[in-house]
Amino acid sequence: MKLGISAYGAYVPRYRIKVDEIAKVWGDDADDYKNGLMVTEKSVPDMDEDTATIAVEAARNAILRGADPKKIGAIYVGSESHPYAVKPTATIVAAAIGAPNRMTAADYEFACKAGTAAVQTCMGVVAAGIAETGMAIGADVSQGAPGDALEYTAAAGGAAFVISKENHIAVINHTCSFTTDTPDFWRREGADYPRHGGRFTGEPGYFKHVLSASKMMLEHQGTKPSDYAYAVFHQPNGKFPSRAAQTLGFTKEQIKPGLTCPKMGNTYSGASMVGLAATLDIAKPGDRIFVTSFGSGAGSDSFDITVTDRITEVQDKATKVWDYIRDAKYIDYATYAKHKGKINVDS
Amino acid sequence: MSVPRFWREIPARYNLIGTKCETCGTHYFPPRRLCPKCRRQGKIVEHQFKGTGEVVTYSTVYTPGESWIGSKPYTLAIIKLDEGPMMTSQVICEPSEVKIGMRVKRVFRKIGQDGEKGMIHYGTKFVPDKK
Repeated sequence: MKLGISAYGAYVPRYRIKVDEIAKVWGDDADDYKNGLMVTEKSVPDMDEDTATIAVEAARNAILRGADPKKIGAIYVGSESHPYAVKPTATIVAAAIGAPNRMTAADYEFACKAGTAAVQTCMGVVAAGIAETGMAIGADVSQGAPGDALEYTAAAGGAAFVISKENHIAVINHTCSFTTDTPDFWRREGADYPRHGGRFTGEPGYFKHVLSASKMMLEHQGTKPSDYAYAVFHQPNGKFPSRAAQTLGFTKEQIKPGLTCPKMGNTYSGASMVGLAATLDIAKPGDRIFVTSFGSGAGSDSFDITVTDRITEVQDKATKVWDYIRDAKYIDYATYAKHKGKINVDS
Repeated sequence: MSVPRFWREIPARYNLIGTKCETCGTHYFPPRRLCPKCRRQGKIVEHQFKGTGEVVTYSTVYTPGESWIGSKPYTLAIIKLDEGPMMTSQVICEPSEVKIGMRVKRVFRKIGQDGEKGMIHYGTKFVPDKK
């Protein structure tokens, strides 16, 4: 039995703020951040956008690419910024895409890899015959405290993938994960912004997990980086995925289509999934795609994917990731602060 | 808005579910349970609107109520859906972009909330349809 992706969709809000604009407010050297993080700008949600609206727009794009909402038997939404602490985002998505009531749904949380954990759960429920198809979404309106290094990258966006046994646009050949208890990044209940271990988020956090899961995948599959047309790694900035790719032996060309972070920032639970969506937007039948996510706390999910002939039928049916990225409207820091609720209005 | 009222209107707000009279072919949004043209001869069925239409007229709001102070200026428009009915909704664009006759399409957005701790109301707004 083969499991795979039968439809996908992504969404990126239109507003952008440049790293230069944020650096100006906090007295930082913009070039330091641009070169250090390899990020020049990030997406910002509109006043009336949140994780639920982004998840719905991504899910509706998946439906435009052929997903039948009536066949969906499971919806899981991974995010660090669910609009409610108690009350699922997944049910809002289900209602907004016209999914039937005879389905299961839940929200997921595992820092930036909650979306790929949702993909694995969908693979499980579909393989077990509990659902005919399952929809996995990773979406965030990421939080970063004013003045914190995270503020340069914390962005908004998301992607949805429909997992099924048939009608594939891409087959998932294998998935495996690497998980440890590593406190590199967290947000306590009730806290507005996450805290992190600074440089500790690098080697013991991101690199240990991304490299371990990726090496495990190559070992399980008996493959080498050159067997893949493209690779996508979780992208908290532009630098980390580039370095992980280089360490493993992937080239710059392999990660280029999915490396969206430099132009739209880190969409947390959406980051690796938006990267995969951007790669599927340009992939050709037969292309093999390597994906490894990362979620602080910490863990990585790796996927080995082969694109099928049907990809060309669906690519143009919804807005592509890089088209969303190019349709940018730049705002200043004050407007950004208002959009992100960083200005208290006494009303 | 009360929780039951919002809940009852979710199909119309999220997905523009209205009704259609199969006798005379007239579409209704918000949904009507009785066709005023056909009366007892009417046969009302559920209908999901495509979510595309055009701006009939609009007004840009510069002095909103307190809960909308952060959103000003915003544009409210009467939109004629392609199936016929007209509805009032926000059109998300710069005030200078909106024009009478402009094509618009639906998007899913927050349309309000019952304070910081209450329910969030989601629903349909419109954006310029660039196709």
